[in-house]
Amino acid sequence: MTTENTTTPASGTTAVEGERYSPENPAPVIEPPRARTTRTPRSTRTNFELYGWLFMRLSGILLVFLVIGHLLIQLVLDGGVSKVSFAFVAGRWASPFWMAWDLIMLWLAMLHGANGMRTIINDYAQRDNTRFWLKVLLYTATTFTILLGTLVIFTFDPNIR
Amino acid sequence: MSTATVEKPEAGAADSAASHKITVTFRIRRFNPEISADASWQDFVIDIDPKERVLDALHQIKWEEDGTLTFRRSCAHGICGSDAMRINGRNRLACKTLIKDLNPAKPITVEAIKGLTVLKDLIVDMEPFFQAYRDVMPFLITSGNEPTRERRQSAADRERFDDTTKCILCAACTSSCPVFWNDGQYFGPAAIVNAHRFIFDSRDEAGEQRLEILNDKDGVWRCRTTFNCTDACPRGIEVTKAIAEVKQALITRRF
Repeated sequence: MTTENTTTPASGTTAVEGERYSPENPAPVIEPPRARTTRTPRSTRTNFELYGWLFMRLSGILLVFLVIGHLLIQLVLDGGVSKVSFAFVAGRWASPFWMAWDLIMLWLAMLHGANGMRTIINDYAQRDNTRFWLKVLLYTATTFTILLGTLVIFTFDPNIR
Repeated sequence: MSTATVEKPEAGAADSAASHKITVTFRIRRFNPEISADASWQDFVIDIDPKERVLDALHQIKWEEDGTLTFRRSCAHGICGSDAMRINGRNRLACKTLIKDLNPAKPITVEAIKGLTVLKDLIVDMEPFFQAYRDVMPFLITSGNEPTRERRQSAADRERFDDTTKCILCAACTSSCPVFWNDGQYFGPAAIVNAHRFIFDSRDEAGEQRLEILNDKDGVWRCRTTFNCTDACPRGIEVTKAIAEVKQALITRRF
């Protein structure tokens, strides 16, 4: 006999389970994750996923320029990171151009990141409850950051004491 | 000489035939719910010609070593798509994989394809896979009167979807997709390939309906472009490209 069983230590438990499972009483099989049931929500017939997919591509292209430009200005050009101070930020936000730059970058980066996290949660969360609460956390954090950032950009006061 | 390969080798030819054979270990993932709830690896050491296929080795094990080994195969020539399995960690057809191409010096692992319920040994429940296939309506839909002769199509129109007509529904692509592993709701590459075959068929008139189905949250937008499906396809279909073409059709339809 050329057959050999690699699971020799488990053979003892197999004998015990052999009494537990029989053709009349088979072991439960592992169902695929989120198998389709009658409670599965039916198709939504919206273009949300299409727009989400498209938004990721377009915002990604814009963000490459916005973020690299931002990093260059903040960290590399004209003295590097040591020049960044309250006065430097105040000087930049005196111009509507830089306010618009930062506002667009904030919104695009946050929505791009949030949509990416949403797809990651959809892909990796195993249980419906886990997925729901992770998404609640994600949307709360995203909304908070976007609103706070927008508020600061628009209400920034360079003469604050 | 040539008779020895055609007929069963006689006593004299047996020595020369045996010299071709090498000893290969097959490490097979066994599961039998009537014995145990746990799956386990079992090693089978057999002497076999390395130019034989993995399916021949499975046959030899089933017929000569252990008759309880269970697997699907029908045509055994790469057309029926029954014997897709995970061999050395990659989804392949056992009937199209030669042992010599698998580094037989090491144990060759054979297990059931992933993401579907294992029923016994290498047999999985294909129902979710075929449900997704049925959902994309993989049949010709037309309006108007049936022509008295065949529905004519130019060679260029036929060429448009030629690649996706090759699908044999073996589930090697769908069960190699990480999105499908974690979420059986995703249609999976095979269903999208078969939708593609009709969406881009000039004779078919239900392309809009199929695009609408694949536009949903479990449709093509869940594809992460990992190319696992293209690598797994035993028919060499460019699966990820087909999915991308469906995405493109959805976007150009909208804008």
